[in-house]
Amino acid sequence: MTIISVQHLSKVFGGLKAVDDVSFDVEEGQVFTMIGPNGAGKTTLFNVLTGVYRPTIGQVLFNGQPVGGLPPHKVTSLGVARTFQNIRLFGYLPAVENVMVGRHCRMHSKLWDAMFNTPFARREERETRKRATELMELVGVARYAEDLARNLSYGDQRRLEIARALASDPKVLLLDEPAAGLNPAEKAALGALIFKIRDLGVTIFLIEHDMKVVMGISDHIVVLDHGAKIAEGKPAQVRANPQVIEAYLGKSA
Amino acid sequence: MNDRLTIRGRELPIPARAARWVGIVAGVVLMLAVPSFFSSVDVSRMADAGVFILLALGLNIVVGYAGLLDLGYAAFFAIGAYTYAILASSHYNIHLPFWPLLIIAAFVAALFGVILGAPTLRLRGDYLAIVTLGFGEIVPRVVLNIEPVTGGVNGLSALDQPKLPAFGPLQAITFGYNPVPYYYTILAVIIFSIWLIRNLQYSRLGRAWQAIREDELAAASMGINTVTTKLLAFAMGAAFSGFGGCFYASKLALVTPEAFTFVISVTILCMVVLGGMGNIAGVIVGAAAIYGLTTYVLIQLPIWMQSVSDVTGLTVLTTLDFTRYNFIIFGVLLISFMLLRPQGLLPSRVRKAELKGGGVEGSMGAAPGSEVATAPGVEQ
Repeated sequence: MTIISVQHLSKVFGGLKAVDDVSFDVEEGQVFTMIGPNGAGKTTLFNVLTGVYRPTIGQVLFNGQPVGGLPPHKVTSLGVARTFQNIRLFGYLPAVENVMVGRHCRMHSKLWDAMFNTPFARREERETRKRATELMELVGVARYAEDLARNLSYGDQRRLEIARALASDPKVLLLDEPAAGLNPAEKAALGALIFKIRDLGVTIFLIEHDMKVVMGISDHIVVLDHGAKIAEGKPAQVRANPQVIEAYLGKSA
Repeated sequence: MNDRLTIRGRELPIPARAARWVGIVAGVVLMLAVPSFFSSVDVSRMADAGVFILLALGLNIVVGYAGLLDLGYAAFFAIGAYTYAILASSHYNIHLPFWPLLIIAAFVAALFGVILGAPTLRLRGDYLAIVTLGFGEIVPRVVLNIEPVTGGVNGLSALDQPKLPAFGPLQAITFGYNPVPYYYTILAVIIFSIWLIRNLQYSRLGRAWQAIREDELAAASMGINTVTTKLLAFAMGAAFSGFGGCFYASKLALVTPEAFTFVISVTILCMVVLGGMGNIAGVIVGAAAIYGLTTYVLIQLPIWMQSVSDVTGLTVLTTLDFTRYNFIIFGVLLISFMLLRPQGLLPSRVRKAELKGGGVEGSMGAAPGSEVATAPGVEQ
């Protein structure tokens, strides 16, 4: 079943076509990867998908429902969560509260509950903290629960960001270069974590530069260059595609 | 990793919780006993200081928790005060009792907070500050100019005085000009407010405020509706200001537009920043300190200097006219204080860590916002 369908999507900034008539489908349960050289428009596409930008032309369907132009919090509550290329944790909140913020859209305490700390609010806070701790265990950073997020190591911050995204019970998890800045051991562990999350029934859609990571874990790859889709297919097909080689290595003389 | 945070009181170990409760009870008993040890002038002064503590607590929600710079906070104070003045005086022959008006004034102020916030909270940082500055200027002017409603420059006077209705064997008490009941009222309002604000701080909503303060885009991407969440911060801040305004009007029995000028907004902001943004105890200390400084110490200074010179023979002290230097002294004190202790008197742990660590970007290099290019000051 198609969970995300990108249809003739374009995003234009002034005279720059950051995303140019891109279409592809992400199937449920896949590890779907988008690759491309720097400036190919991958993060812009993520930002359109998550409601940070409105599409200029085209549409994005999530579970058949158009989401292009919805504000980010609505997209998240529909079931699309994300991490950021340059980690954007709430550095001065304890790690566990970062994850609890991720749960915000699944909580129901109202202003009234917050002000008077009603039994409902207390129970929900307890449950949320418990769920946050479980997710931190899943990604392997539970021991830092009470540390400020900014004090975690770089690799652990990446993992914490994944836990925070998972807290909103997403159907699709968008990971923007999760392996950036990780050492080889951490990269291997990340691959394992991605499989673990997929096995929980979460579709993974990632942007990645690291070919080793990409080829090892992806079910399907789409390649962008200068905002346009230049190739799509299984890892082996994409690797053999002359256009992809050209985009990455330059044209041979 | 020495920045471990304790989440909230009930998760502290039992002895620490007990100590905390002993501290709270002792503090309250002490505050209850105050009127028996001080002259009624001093008690009245303390009740006035209480209004500013309340205002600072409210502004702390907006500035300290949600990180929205509000330079027109006195406007909500005015709205609370005029609400009382209009609904509890002979000007319109409406004499609603004080207690429900306390709540009504808070609601009216919160409503205006929403009215101001709804169109403007899409703005960020400096831009929002300018808009609130404008609002802070507009409200006193409007009050000045709609004379039939607000009494213009003369304000509204002879407002009703609060009373406690007869209850069982207790007789009705009118507050009159005795400051003691006012003192107890504001004390109760402050204690109630602290409880509310603490609840808010550690709730889903409080966490969302802090998330927005740190990184608005990330907060939105985590499913937080940033517009309504900021609006709630604005409305809650305004509500406490409305509380304060209602109390202030009833105690003075008079409201005039010049009591709500820009200087008041800035003074309250100073209280919050100097006391320690985001920390309730810090904000209270900051408010008391600045209120004491501006309304007592600076005014008494010439007299004190006179007596110092009488004793020491340093006549040079009497030749300096300290009343003329009030603002200079206040300014120099503020500047030196902020240079020496930028985190405030009693900083929140977050502030403390921030000033140690130097900015939210920390060691990650890339600054928040660098990834996504947004038009300056305008949210997507």
